[in-house]
Amino acid sequence: MDITPPWMRERELLVRIDADTDWGYGEKPEARPVEKLLKLGVINLDKHRGPTSHEVAATLKKMLSLSHAGHGGTLEPLV
Amino acid sequence: MLLEDATKSAPAIMHSGKEYICLMELHGDVSDEELEKALQLFTGDIYQVPPVRSSVARRPRIRTIYSSRIVERDGRHVLLEVACSAGTYMRKLCHDIGEYLGVGAHMEELRRIRAGPFTERESASLLDVYSAWKAYREEGDDEELRQVVKPVEECVKLLPKVYVLDTAVDAICHGADLAVVGIARVESGIKEGDLTAIMTLKGELVALGISMMSSEQMLEATEGIAIDTTRVIMERQTYPSIWKGGLRKRPNT
Repeated sequence: MDITPPWMRERELLVRIDADTDWGYGEKPEARPVEKLLKLGVINLDKHRGPTSHEVAATLKKMLSLSHAGHGGTLEPLV
Repeated sequence: MLLEDATKSAPAIMHSGKEYICLMELHGDVSDEELEKALQLFTGDIYQVPPVRSSVARRPRIRTIYSSRIVERDGRHVLLEVACSAGTYMRKLCHDIGEYLGVGAHMEELRRIRAGPFTERESASLLDVYSAWKAYREEGDDEELRQVVKPVEECVKLLPKVYVLDTAVDAICHGADLAVVGIARVESGIKEGDLTAIMTLKGELVALGISMMSSEQMLEATEGIAIDTTRVIMERQTYPSIWKGGLRKRPNT
Protein backbone atom coordinates (compact mmCIF):
# COMPACT_ATOMS: atom_id res chain seq x y z
CA MET A 1 0.00 0.00 0.00
CA ASP A 2 1.33 3.42 -0.95
CA ILE A 3 1.16 5.73 2.04
CA THR A 4 3.40 8.45 0.65
CA PRO A 5 1.70 11.75 1.51
CA PRO A 6 0.77 13.85 -1.57
CA TRP A 7 3.39 16.48 -0.67
CA MET A 8 6.16 13.92 -1.03
CA ARG A 9 5.08 12.35 -4.31
CA GLU A 10 7.01 13.19 -7.43
CA ARG A 11 5.58 13.50 -10.90
CA GLU A 12 7.28 13.50 -14.24
CA LEU A 13 6.33 15.92 -17.03
CA LEU A 14 5.52 14.08 -20.26
CA VAL A 15 5.28 15.80 -23.64
CA ARG A 16 2.39 15.05 -25.99
CA ILE A 17 2.86 17.95 -28.40
CA ASP A 18 5.99 20.08 -28.28
CA ALA A 19 4.09 23.38 -28.53
CA ASP A 20 5.00 26.99 -27.73
CA THR A 21 2.85 29.63 -26.07
CA ASP A 22 2.08 33.11 -27.39
CA TRP A 23 3.39 35.72 -24.93
CA GLY A 24 0.80 38.18 -26.24
CA TYR A 25 -1.72 36.59 -23.84
CA GLY A 26 -1.68 35.88 -20.14
CA GLU A 27 1.45 35.96 -18.01
CA LYS A 28 3.51 33.81 -15.69
CA PRO A 29 1.73 33.64 -12.30
CA GLU A 30 4.66 35.26 -10.50
CA ALA A 31 4.63 38.20 -12.97
CA ARG A 32 0.98 39.05 -12.27
CA PRO A 33 0.42 42.74 -11.41
CA VAL A 34 -0.63 43.32 -7.77
CA GLU A 35 -4.19 44.40 -8.69
CA LYS A 36 -4.69 41.10 -10.49
CA LEU A 37 -2.84 39.10 -7.84
CA LEU A 38 -5.33 40.35 -5.25
CA LYS A 39 -8.20 38.97 -7.33
CA LEU A 40 -6.47 35.69 -7.98
CA GLY A 41 -4.49 35.18 -4.84
CA VAL A 42 -4.22 33.00 -1.80
CA ILE A 43 -2.99 33.78 1.71
CA ASN A 44 -1.68 31.01 3.93
CA LEU A 45 -3.16 32.48 7.07
CA ASP A 46 -2.37 31.34 10.58
CA LYS A 47 -5.72 31.40 12.33
CA HIS A 48 -5.78 30.86 16.06
CA ARG A 49 -8.70 29.83 18.21
CA GLY A 50 -11.25 32.55 18.60
CA PRO A 51 -12.58 34.14 15.45
CA THR A 52 -14.15 31.72 12.98
CA SER A 53 -12.72 31.21 9.49
CA HIS A 54 -15.76 33.08 8.23
CA GLU A 55 -15.05 36.08 10.47
CA VAL A 56 -11.40 36.16 9.41
CA ALA A 57 -12.47 36.05 5.74
CA ALA A 58 -14.74 39.04 6.38
CA THR A 59 -11.91 40.96 8.06
CA LEU A 60 -9.56 40.30 5.13
CA LYS A 61 -12.22 41.18 2.60
CA LYS A 62 -12.69 44.56 4.26
CA MET A 63 -8.96 45.19 4.76
CA LEU A 64 -8.03 44.46 1.14
CA SER A 65 -11.26 45.96 -0.29
CA LEU A 66 -12.16 42.70 -2.02
CA SER A 67 -15.50 41.77 -3.52
CA HIS A 68 -15.22 38.26 -2.19
CA ALA A 69 -12.99 36.11 0.01
CA GLY A 70 -13.39 32.59 1.27
CA HIS A 71 -11.48 29.87 3.03
CA GLY A 72 -10.39 26.41 2.01
CA GLY A 73 -11.93 24.45 4.84
CA THR A 74 -12.56 24.51 8.56
CA LEU A 75 -11.61 22.31 11.45
CA GLU A 76 -14.37 20.41 13.13
CA PRO A 77 -15.84 22.48 15.97
CA LEU A 78 -14.21 21.80 19.32
CA VAL A 79 -17.19 20.77 21.41
CA MET B 1 -7.67 32.31 2.59
CA LEU B 2 -8.78 32.55 -1.02
CA LEU B 3 -9.28 35.97 -2.60
CA GLU B 4 -12.03 36.75 -5.14
CA ASP B 5 -11.72 34.48 -8.21
CA ALA B 6 -9.32 32.22 -6.31
CA THR B 7 -12.24 31.08 -4.10
CA LYS B 8 -13.20 28.79 -6.98
CA SER B 9 -10.07 26.73 -6.38
CA ALA B 10 -11.28 25.76 -2.87
CA PRO B 11 -11.88 22.10 -3.86
CA ALA B 12 -8.14 21.74 -4.46
CA ILE B 13 -7.49 22.56 -0.79
CA MET B 14 -10.50 20.74 0.62
CA HIS B 15 -9.58 17.50 -1.15
CA SER B 16 -5.92 17.68 -0.21
CA GLY B 17 -4.04 15.87 2.54
CA LYS B 18 -3.69 17.46 5.98
CA GLU B 19 -1.31 17.37 8.93
CA TYR B 20 -2.38 17.91 12.50
CA ILE B 21 -0.96 18.28 15.96
CA CYS B 22 -3.49 16.65 18.19
CA LEU B 23 -3.69 16.22 21.94
CA MET B 24 -5.28 12.92 22.91
CA GLU B 25 -6.26 11.96 26.42
CA LEU B 26 -6.39 8.27 27.25
CA HIS B 27 -8.95 7.21 29.84
CA GLY B 28 -6.74 4.52 31.32
CA ASP B 29 -3.10 3.52 31.61
CA VAL B 30 -1.42 2.20 28.50
CA SER B 31 2.24 1.29 27.98
CA ASP B 32 4.36 3.03 25.33
CA GLU B 33 4.62 -0.27 23.45
CA GLU B 34 0.86 -0.78 23.32
CA LEU B 35 0.34 2.78 22.18
CA GLU B 36 2.97 2.50 19.43
CA LYS B 37 1.35 -0.72 18.28
CA ALA B 38 -2.05 0.98 18.10
CA LEU B 39 -0.62 3.86 16.06
CA GLN B 40 0.98 1.36 13.69
CA LEU B 41 -2.37 -0.36 13.26
CA PHE B 42 -4.05 2.97 12.53
CA THR B 43 -1.57 3.76 9.74
CA GLY B 44 -2.45 3.23 6.08
CA ASP B 45 -6.05 2.74 4.97
CA ILE B 46 -8.53 2.82 7.84
CA TYR B 47 -12.31 2.71 8.08
CA GLN B 48 -13.81 5.74 9.72
CA VAL B 49 -17.42 6.61 10.53
CA PRO B 50 -17.75 10.42 10.61
CA PRO B 51 -18.64 11.76 14.09
CA VAL B 52 -22.20 12.71 15.08
CA ARG B 53 -21.44 16.40 14.67
CA SER B 54 -20.13 16.38 11.13
CA SER B 55 -21.13 17.79 7.79
CA VAL B 56 -21.12 14.51 5.84
CA ALA B 57 -23.20 11.33 5.74
CA ARG B 58 -22.42 9.08 8.67
CA ARG B 59 -21.41 5.90 6.90
CA PRO B 60 -18.04 4.17 7.12
CA ARG B 61 -15.51 5.39 4.57
CA ILE B 62 -11.89 4.62 3.89
CA ARG B 63 -9.38 7.30 4.82
CA THR B 64 -5.59 7.12 4.73
CA ILE B 65 -3.27 7.86 7.63
CA TYR B 66 0.11 8.51 5.99
CA SER B 67 1.92 8.67 9.30
CA SER B 68 1.37 9.32 12.97
CA ARG B 69 3.94 9.76 15.67
CA ILE B 70 4.10 10.64 19.32
CA VAL B 71 5.62 14.09 19.76
CA GLU B 72 5.40 14.03 23.55
CA ARG B 73 3.73 11.99 26.22
CA ASP B 74 2.81 12.76 29.79
CA GLY B 75 0.97 9.79 31.24
CA ARG B 76 -2.48 9.75 29.72
CA HIS B 77 -1.88 12.88 27.66
CA VAL B 78 -0.40 12.10 24.27
CA LEU B 79 0.61 14.75 21.76
CA LEU B 80 0.38 13.31 18.25
CA GLU B 81 1.47 14.52 14.85
CA VAL B 82 -0.72 12.96 12.18
CA ALA B 83 -0.56 13.19 8.38
CA CYS B 84 -3.76 12.02 6.71
CA SER B 85 -5.96 12.22 3.65
CA ALA B 86 -8.74 14.81 3.30
CA GLY B 87 -11.83 14.23 5.40
CA THR B 88 -10.14 12.27 8.19
CA TYR B 89 -11.57 13.17 11.57
CA MET B 90 -8.96 13.45 14.31
CA ARG B 91 -11.61 13.31 17.02
CA LYS B 92 -12.76 9.99 15.63
CA LEU B 93 -9.19 8.70 15.26
CA CYS B 94 -8.51 9.41 18.94
CA HIS B 95 -11.77 7.75 19.92
CA ASP B 96 -11.05 4.66 17.80
CA ILE B 97 -7.48 4.32 19.12
CA GLY B 98 -8.98 4.44 22.63
CA GLU B 99 -11.49 1.73 21.73
CA TYR B 100 -8.75 -0.48 20.30
CA LEU B 101 -6.64 -0.04 23.44
CA GLY B 102 -9.67 -0.91 25.54
CA VAL B 103 -9.39 2.13 27.81
CA GLY B 104 -11.15 4.75 25.74
CA ALA B 105 -9.73 8.10 24.66
CA HIS B 106 -10.82 11.49 23.41
CA MET B 107 -9.33 14.46 21.63
CA GLU B 108 -8.60 17.49 23.75
CA GLU B 109 -6.92 19.96 21.41
CA LEU B 110 -6.39 20.19 17.69
CA ARG B 111 -4.28 22.35 15.43
CA ARG B 112 -3.94 21.95 11.68
CA ILE B 113 -0.34 22.39 10.60
CA ARG B 114 -0.80 21.61 6.92
CA ALA B 115 -3.61 21.88 4.35
CA GLY B 116 -2.27 20.52 1.05
CA PRO B 117 0.68 22.70 0.01
CA PHE B 118 0.18 25.20 2.85
CA THR B 119 2.10 24.64 6.06
CA GLU B 120 1.99 26.39 9.41
CA ARG B 121 5.70 27.09 9.12
CA GLU B 122 5.14 29.29 6.05
CA SER B 123 1.94 30.94 7.23
CA ALA B 124 1.31 34.64 7.79
CA SER B 125 -0.64 36.25 10.62
CA LEU B 126 -3.44 38.76 10.07
CA LEU B 127 -0.99 41.39 11.33
CA ASP B 128 1.57 40.37 8.67
CA VAL B 129 -1.10 40.85 6.01
CA TYR B 130 -2.07 44.24 7.43
CA SER B 131 1.53 45.46 7.54
CA ALA B 132 2.14 44.28 3.95
CA TRP B 133 -1.04 45.94 2.74
CA LYS B 134 -0.07 49.20 4.47
CA ALA B 135 3.39 49.21 2.86
CA TYR B 136 1.78 48.68 -0.53
CA ARG B 137 -0.96 51.28 -0.08
CA GLU B 138 1.13 53.98 1.52
CA GLU B 139 4.53 53.52 -0.12
CA GLY B 140 3.65 51.53 -3.22
CA ASP B 141 6.02 48.80 -2.07
CA ASP B 142 4.63 45.41 -3.10
CA GLU B 143 7.51 43.24 -1.88
CA GLU B 144 5.98 42.37 1.49
CA LEU B 145 2.53 41.93 -0.05
CA ARG B 146 3.87 39.39 -2.55
CA GLN B 147 5.35 37.48 0.38
CA VAL B 148 1.90 36.97 1.91
CA VAL B 149 -0.40 36.93 -1.13
CA LYS B 150 0.58 34.06 -3.41
CA PRO B 151 -0.77 33.33 -6.89
CA VAL B 152 -3.80 30.98 -6.99
CA GLU B 153 -1.54 28.41 -8.69
CA GLU B 154 -0.09 27.66 -5.22
CA CYS B 155 -3.41 25.98 -4.39
CA VAL B 156 -2.91 23.32 -7.06
CA LYS B 157 0.76 22.71 -6.36
CA LEU B 158 0.09 19.11 -5.28
CA LEU B 159 -2.56 18.25 -7.86
CA PRO B 160 -1.63 16.39 -11.04
CA LYS B 161 -1.48 18.82 -13.95
CA VAL B 162 -2.26 18.85 -17.62
CA TYR B 163 -0.85 21.68 -19.75
CA VAL B 164 -2.98 22.73 -22.70
CA LEU B 165 -2.39 24.48 -26.02
CA ASP B 166 -3.13 28.23 -26.14
CA THR B 167 -5.93 27.46 -28.60
CA ALA B 168 -7.70 25.20 -26.08
CA VAL B 169 -7.70 27.68 -23.17
CA ASP B 170 -10.69 29.89 -23.91
CA ALA B 171 -13.09 27.04 -24.65
CA ILE B 172 -12.27 25.61 -21.21
CA CYS B 173 -12.85 29.07 -19.68
CA HIS B 174 -16.34 28.84 -21.18
CA GLY B 175 -16.86 25.50 -19.45
CA ALA B 176 -15.92 23.04 -22.18
CA ASP B 177 -14.34 19.72 -21.24
CA LEU B 178 -10.73 19.21 -22.26
CA ALA B 179 -10.37 17.10 -25.40
CA VAL B 180 -7.21 15.08 -25.68
CA VAL B 181 -6.16 16.97 -28.84
CA GLY B 182 -5.82 20.16 -26.77
CA ILE B 183 -3.14 18.70 -24.51
CA ALA B 184 0.51 19.68 -24.84
CA ARG B 185 2.01 18.15 -21.66
CA VAL B 186 0.83 15.75 -18.99
CA GLU B 187 2.18 14.86 -15.58
CA SER B 188 2.73 11.20 -14.88
CA GLY B 189 0.62 9.15 -12.49
CA ILE B 190 -2.84 10.52 -13.36
CA LYS B 191 -5.58 7.93 -12.89
CA GLU B 192 -9.16 8.07 -14.12
CA GLY B 193 -11.24 10.01 -11.58
CA ASP B 194 -8.39 12.13 -10.20
CA LEU B 195 -8.95 15.80 -9.41
CA THR B 196 -6.67 17.45 -11.97
CA ALA B 197 -5.52 21.01 -12.67
CA ILE B 198 -5.73 22.32 -16.23
CA MET B 199 -2.84 24.74 -16.80
CA THR B 200 -1.60 26.97 -19.62
CA LEU B 201 1.90 26.51 -20.98
CA LYS B 202 2.85 29.63 -18.98
CA GLY B 203 1.84 27.82 -15.79
CA GLU B 204 -1.45 29.68 -15.20
CA LEU B 205 -4.36 27.81 -13.64
CA VAL B 206 -7.28 27.59 -16.08
CA ALA B 207 -9.67 25.18 -14.39
CA LEU B 208 -10.10 22.12 -12.19
CA GLY B 209 -11.58 18.92 -13.51
CA ILE B 210 -11.91 15.19 -13.08
CA SER B 211 -9.68 13.13 -15.33
CA MET B 212 -11.43 10.66 -17.61
CA MET B 213 -8.16 9.05 -18.72
CA SER B 214 -4.82 8.01 -17.26
CA SER B 215 -1.62 9.93 -18.10
CA GLU B 216 -0.67 7.17 -20.56
CA GLN B 217 -4.03 7.35 -22.32
CA MET B 218 -3.74 11.14 -22.59
CA LEU B 219 -0.39 10.70 -24.34
CA GLU B 220 -1.55 8.00 -26.72
CA ALA B 221 -5.19 8.74 -27.52
CA THR B 222 -6.00 10.68 -30.69
CA GLU B 223 -9.55 11.59 -29.70
CA GLY B 224 -11.88 11.74 -26.74
CA ILE B 225 -12.37 13.75 -23.57
CA ALA B 226 -9.40 13.76 -21.22
CA ILE B 227 -10.81 15.93 -18.42
CA ASP B 228 -14.34 16.73 -17.33
CA THR B 229 -14.13 20.43 -16.37
CA THR B 230 -15.74 21.08 -12.98
CA ARG B 231 -14.48 24.55 -11.88
CA VAL B 232 -13.26 27.36 -14.12
CA ILE B 233 -10.87 29.79 -12.44
CA MET B 234 -9.40 31.81 -15.33
CA GLU B 235 -11.40 34.73 -16.66
CA ARG B 236 -12.90 34.30 -20.13
CA GLN B 237 -11.10 35.94 -23.02
CA THR B 238 -7.73 35.91 -21.29
CA TYR B 239 -6.75 33.83 -24.32
CA PRO B 240 -8.22 34.25 -27.83
CA SER B 241 -11.50 32.53 -28.72
CA ILE B 242 -10.14 30.64 -31.69
CA TRP B 243 -12.80 28.01 -31.18
CA LYS B 244 -15.64 30.39 -32.03
CA GLY B 245 -14.37 33.07 -34.32
CA GLY B 246 -10.88 32.45 -35.54
CA LEU B 247 -7.85 34.69 -35.33
CA ARG B 248 -9.68 37.94 -36.07
CA LYS B 249 -10.62 38.15 -32.38
CA ARG B 250 -7.01 38.60 -31.33
CA PRO B 251 -6.74 41.95 -29.52
CA ASN B 252 -3.25 42.82 -30.81
CA THR B 253 -3.73 42.23 -34.53
